[in-house]
Amino acid sequence: MKTCLIVDDSRVIRKVSRHIVETLGMSAEEADNGRTALDHCRASMPDVILLDWNMPVMSGIEFINALRASPEGRKPKVVFCTTEYDPGHIREAIAAGADEYVMKPFDQETLQLKFELIGMA
Amino acid sequence: MTKTELHQLAVDMVSKLLHRRTGQALSADRHWRIDTALETVLRHRGIRSSEDLIVLLTEPGDSGFKEELVEALLNNETYFYRDRQVFDHLAAEVLPAMAREKGASRRLTIWSAGCSTGQEPLTMAMILLDQGECWKGWDIDILATDVSGSAIATARRGVYSNFEIQRGLAVGQMLTHFEEGAAGWRASDRLREMIRFERRNLLEGPPSGAKFDLILCRNLLLYLDAGARRVACGTLQSALAPHGRLLLGGGETVLEHSEMFRPVKGGCGLYKLTGERLAEPARRTA
Ligand SMILES: C[S@@+](CC[C@H](N)C(=O)[O-])C[C@H]1O[C@@H](n2cnc3c(N)ncnc32)[C@H](O)[C@@H]1O
Repeated sequence: MKTCLIVDDSRVIRKVSRHIVETLGMSAEEADNGRTALDHCRASMPDVILLDWNMPVMSGIEFINALRASPEGRKPKVVFCTTEYDPGHIREAIAAGADEYVMKPFDQETLQLKFELIGMA
Repeated sequence: MTKTELHQLAVDMVSKLLHRRTGQALSADRHWRIDTALETVLRHRGIRSSEDLIVLLTEPGDSGFKEELVEALLNNETYFYRDRQVFDHLAAEVLPAMAREKGASRRLTIWSAGCSTGQEPLTMAMILLDQGECWKGWDIDILATDVSGSAIATARRGVYSNFEIQRGLAVGQMLTHFEEGAAGWRASDRLREMIRFERRNLLEGPPSGAKFDLILCRNLLLYLDAGARRVACGTLQSALAPHGRLLLGGGETVLEHSEMFRPVKGGCGLYKLTGERLAEPARRTA
């Protein structure tokens, strides 16, 4: 079973995402900011990471920069999932190594189609 | 007549109107859709009783009311790269084959019949643009039609919300082919220049002009009743070039019209004209 790490400071978003991810047949783990997500990845690297941008302690973009700096951190697919919509932010995320980008709000089908795109569904 | 009987009469009239205009038959268990559509349109127009509605429906001609009602009943559901494997197959196998077949004229004609709000023809245009070199110097014409005037207006505008743009589309393609603006994500001029949008009913015959090398008619035929399907298939048959291909939606077939179309082997919903097989010399002697 594939594992998905959901990184978001909103408990509600984590709950909604967990439901969708589990419906898609993956197991879900949660982290509430980039720092705890990094700790999680060091302990056990997920297959996919669903990543918010604005979070306390460590933001999504800081997290992905740190993650992609190590060889094993290049393996998981990273899908940004945020309220940042402008092309500047999106380009920055892609340049930092994100595989896909979802603009909130999203629904199950959108996420499923994005997971198909990165070969995860 | 009781109130319920009047309401039932109105629903029947709307159902017949929809069938007359689009060939769509709503089975009795889908009549709730009429109620939903009626509610919106009647509120919008300030019509309160079934009597008033019946009067409007009986009037000859159309002040725009009947059209609004029909449009409210159409299912315009669509998204970019709908059934991605099919578009992957088109890009990897079908288009390269067509490039070889049409190499002499370097002219390619595509028709998206029932294009809804434009995501399907835009997907085709993106695939062709992304294949770059292969189509350099080609004369490519994509016609996109739908019976719904409001869907065609949206398609022509070519502007999509955050929610619509990311349904099915990869982020890289979104950044390459769309520009973000105050109203949403707008298809680039290069994409828009490749597509002609026209309001058109599939039941009213094929578009004039050259025949098409590829026709996409996806997730439309399934809404039509047998009679309308036959007419629609006739339209598609006469619009298809002799070696052209017809692509249907997942779960749709035109096998009941095997006198017109035959499935392409391993073709993910692709069909060719039946007549073409008879014209192949190898088959004639076999
Ligand atoms: C469900 S959408 C499918 C859109 C797109 N082809 C896709 O597969 O995503 C069906 C479209 O067919 C259109 N349609 C229905 N009956 C039609 C007819 N008789 N002639 C032309 N278009 C029709 C509807 O207005 C609607 O936009």
